[in-house]
Amino acid sequence: MTPDLIYGVTGIAVFGIGLVGALCAQERLRRVLALKLCSVGAGFLLVVGAWREPPDTPDPVPHALVITGIVVMVSATAVALALIRRLQTLEAEDDA
Amino acid sequence: MMDAPLLPLFILMTSLLAAPILFALPERSARLRTGINLSMAALKVALVGWLSLKVSQGVIYDLRFEMLPGLEFKLQADPLAILFIALSAVLWLITTVYSVGYLEHGPHRARFFGFFSLCVAATVGIAMSGNLFTFLLFYELLTLATYPLVIHRGDVFFFIDWGIYVIYTLAGGLVLLLGTLGLWVLAGTTDFVPGGVLADVVAETPLAAKLLFVVLIGALGVKAALFPFHAWLPIAMVAPAPVSALLHAVAVVKAGAFGIMRVVYEVFGIETAQALGVTVPLAVLAGITIIYGSLRAITQDDIKKRLAYSTVSQVSYITLGVALASPIAAIGALAHLIHQGLMKITMFMAAGNLAEGLGVKRVSQMDGVGRAMPGTMLAFSLAALGMIGLPPLAGFVSKWYLAQGGLEAGQDWVIALLLGSSLLNAIYFLPMLHRAWFCDAAAQRDGAPGRPRIGWMLAAPPITTAVLVLVAGGFANAPFSPLEWTRFIVAIEYQE
Amino acid sequence: MTPDLDPMILAIFLPLFGAIAAFMLPRAAALIGLVTLAMTTGAVFWLAQRVLASGAVIVPLGGWGAPLGIDLRADGLSVAMLLLTSAVGFLVSVAALDSLKGADQARQRQYFWPLWLLLLTGMNGVYLSTDIFNLYVMIEVIALAAVGLTVLSGTKAALRAGLEYMYASILGALLFLMGVGFVYMQAGRLDFAGLIAAEPSAAMSAALALMIVGLLLKTALFPLHFWLPAAHANATAPASALLSGLVVKAALYIFLRLTTYMPLPDEILITLIGALGAGAVLWGGLQALRAERLKLLVAWSTVVQIGLIFIAFARAGQVGLAESWKAAALLILAHGVAKAAMFLAAGRIKDEIGHDRIRDLDRAPVRPTLAQFTFALAAISLIGLPPSLGFIGKWSLMEGAMAAGYWHWVAITMIGTFMSVAYFSRVLSAFLRFDRVRAPVGEHQGWALADAAPLTLALTAIGLGLMAAPILRFIEIGYPFGAAL
Repeated sequence: MTPDLIYGVTGIAVFGIGLVGALCAQERLRRVLALKLCSVGAGFLLVVGAWREPPDTPDPVPHALVITGIVVMVSATAVALALIRRLQTLEAEDDA
Repeated sequence: MMDAPLLPLFILMTSLLAAPILFALPERSARLRTGINLSMAALKVALVGWLSLKVSQGVIYDLRFEMLPGLEFKLQADPLAILFIALSAVLWLITTVYSVGYLEHGPHRARFFGFFSLCVAATVGIAMSGNLFTFLLFYELLTLATYPLVIHRGDVFFFIDWGIYVIYTLAGGLVLLLGTLGLWVLAGTTDFVPGGVLADVVAETPLAAKLLFVVLIGALGVKAALFPFHAWLPIAMVAPAPVSALLHAVAVVKAGAFGIMRVVYEVFGIETAQALGVTVPLAVLAGITIIYGSLRAITQDDIKKRLAYSTVSQVSYITLGVALASPIAAIGALAHLIHQGLMKITMFMAAGNLAEGLGVKRVSQMDGVGRAMPGTMLAFSLAALGMIGLPPLAGFVSKWYLAQGGLEAGQDWVIALLLGSSLLNAIYFLPMLHRAWFCDAAAQRDGAPGRPRIGWMLAAPPITTAVLVLVAGGFANAPFSPLEWTRFIVAIEYQE
Repeated sequence: MTPDLDPMILAIFLPLFGAIAAFMLPRAAALIGLVTLAMTTGAVFWLAQRVLASGAVIVPLGGWGAPLGIDLRADGLSVAMLLLTSAVGFLVSVAALDSLKGADQARQRQYFWPLWLLLLTGMNGVYLSTDIFNLYVMIEVIALAAVGLTVLSGTKAALRAGLEYMYASILGALLFLMGVGFVYMQAGRLDFAGLIAAEPSAAMSAALALMIVGLLLKTALFPLHFWLPAAHANATAPASALLSGLVVKAALYIFLRLTTYMPLPDEILITLIGALGAGAVLWGGLQALRAERLKLLVAWSTVVQIGLIFIAFARAGQVGLAESWKAAALLILAHGVAKAAMFLAAGRIKDEIGHDRIRDLDRAPVRPTLAQFTFALAAISLIGLPPSLGFIGKWSLMEGAMAAGYWHWVAITMIGTFMSVAYFSRVLSAFLRFDRVRAPVGEHQGWALADAAPLTLALTAIGLGLMAAPILRFIEIGYPFGAAL
């Protein structure tokens, strides 16, 4: 087993764990976290794909993609969290 | 005389453009609405007159518009189309007058007359369709436009009945879509051409052609109330009288019968259909419908229901004449398209007058109505006698040609069928006339108002159409009579 | 060449700047929104004219070309989608002016315009992109803006539905991203030309599968539709119109493109997708028959229509996409216009009579005539009755299926049509009955200006059917499918 295969499989595994969580988890926050795991898995895979045997330098394109992905995911998380908070406030008002 | 290639389009537009205007008019501007209605109807009659003159001189009208690659929206004005448009234009004018009177203080007249116009536009479009695709477009429009009219009185129906009505008519439309697609895929064209377009297909894959025939006739049979697809027609009886009149005489059942003509004559071609062996079964089915409808009519006490079953029976004369595959029977079928329309519209308007003027809705209440409403009942009686086939009334002419055609086609059973049917007609119509003229009203309606008050707009239309019934029968050989025109058509369809 | 004032660049950046401006100047948001929409529509027409004159056009963004830079490309299909988006969007915006004018809707007014303009940016970006990473970014932009629009009303139901939508949307995008990663590792490039050039392999198939599942989730194909009905039914009317009419089409469009550039490896997969479409038609139809709320019914009808579009796609069979994409494209356009009209009309009806319970529609004290009329016209197109564009789309679908001998797809389409008649007539017959209210019915003729936009849309949906031939010729420009770029 080559290192990049190990890393690649790990990336896919992390994505898979996230996927299961996103589909099965009940709690809202848990599902957000599961989606984060998915994105980490996908990023992992891209970074692994960028790796080249030294002395070759790693391919910069996947790095750029990963950075973009992270930025997108940060904003998505923020929106999801904001929604959850708002919903919780509304539900708390109802209970009170 | 000036030549106008767009004439068919203008004729279509007189009612199609009237519809949105009528929808938009406020409920209270009744005068303006009536004005638009009547002037458009009159304009249409004039234009149709002009058109038939031009067509009889041999002018060919052919308007095309590409909808999809190779598939055209096509309007044409062949003699067969003229026959049907003339019927609908004249009867539209008369029914419009009647509706204005009938709905004088009713609710939602804007909507009613809007859909009424759409309905007539669809009928005219069906008549002038140059291919099955265009026919389909107008056929669906007709289905849509009739719903609001049928339930105009707004009664909450028995839900199951209403479901049957919707399912029958829409399923008919969908199956027609399927048939049109099938024709397009099989033949690569949906054009109506005298002699048909399917000769090659029939030679190659007779099974597919037979299937197509069944699908198309089945779809059209729903509207033509062919047994066993007739169940919706008696249900539609809840409609207001002018709508029933229009439905039974011109718009819906006739559209089905007309479609069967187009399919047999110009999609399959009469010779091809005969070779395929589908005409005799169709004739038998029509025969069954004729007898079945009459038998059911006998037991109905509701006047409109009795008339409805009578329509089931009478419209199938047209199908019978088409399916007999003899030119003489075809003349009878085409003439009956007109004659049945005139007679049935008379009876429905008369029935509407009875309900409006005297509250009479059942046959058992009809005692003495002849004396109370002599004009209306005279018209009704003329039409009923015509239906039975008394010479020289219009119904006799069609039955005579049908019988001759049956002999010509070697289908002798048709004679027995026609005699039996006439007998049944007499059995269900004569008691009505007997009650109306010879029974005493006093026993039934004590304290009923002496003279019913119905306006001239209700009284005149049935009398007018009754006179037309007399004229069409009595002067059947005059130029431009329906019978003469049908001879012209048959010469084309049989390519003589 | 300086690409400064290229219509494609305008189509993406005008709404982006508009969104920022509308966010910064909330008081002028509506004005900014309408002006931006009008200008974007103008740019798209300019682009349409250019494509009509000289075929597909390509602009390398910032002077960098493929494979590393970002190319924008417009052909017949993408311009048709752009036209649909901006024209429908413009009319929905006009309607939004009226439906968001209430005093308690200040918040909605403030956020509607920036979100909607952002959404427009994303969608225009999707239709002009030529590489899959760009597509990923754009679908995320769309997702965020669309979720924002879903929860605009701020009710609990809307928030719950919006959150569910958010999860589905992000998951879909991440699946897509995973697929993008696979493609890059296998092919070393991400542009469409690279996809075409790539050798078929297991990894590429896996990538395609991931991307397709992600897209199906976003476009809500049965059984991945679970998020859609609640989200579309609970959003405020103009938002529903945008979400149902336009947003789901973006993922559909990507799906159409991808499956052409990377052909599905097996016939069975195509049949499977068709089967899912059939499931959507049947299940969605049943749910629409059971729906108690008008807007929920309309939302389920979207599920049905999406299914129908996938059936149109699947009926290709051995013939390939060469023909069937056109039927799918016609259905996409037809549904976009008609569904936007229908949601706006449903919103108007709800506003006028105060509720949208279907069984009580015929007991209304007022009669929103024009909105009901609009709803009926839109239903004609959605059912597929002539001469509407929906009819033409259905005709093309069934014609193709019949010619290829796929009778099961014909049967499903017929059943679906019949069901759609059944569920729409639940509503339409309630419109026609009027004696349920004993109190005098207010003869509300309803010539409100707010009805103008939905009515225009509905009439367009019917009228476009007459223009089907030119539309078909137009979307074939640049021959989007089957040929290299």
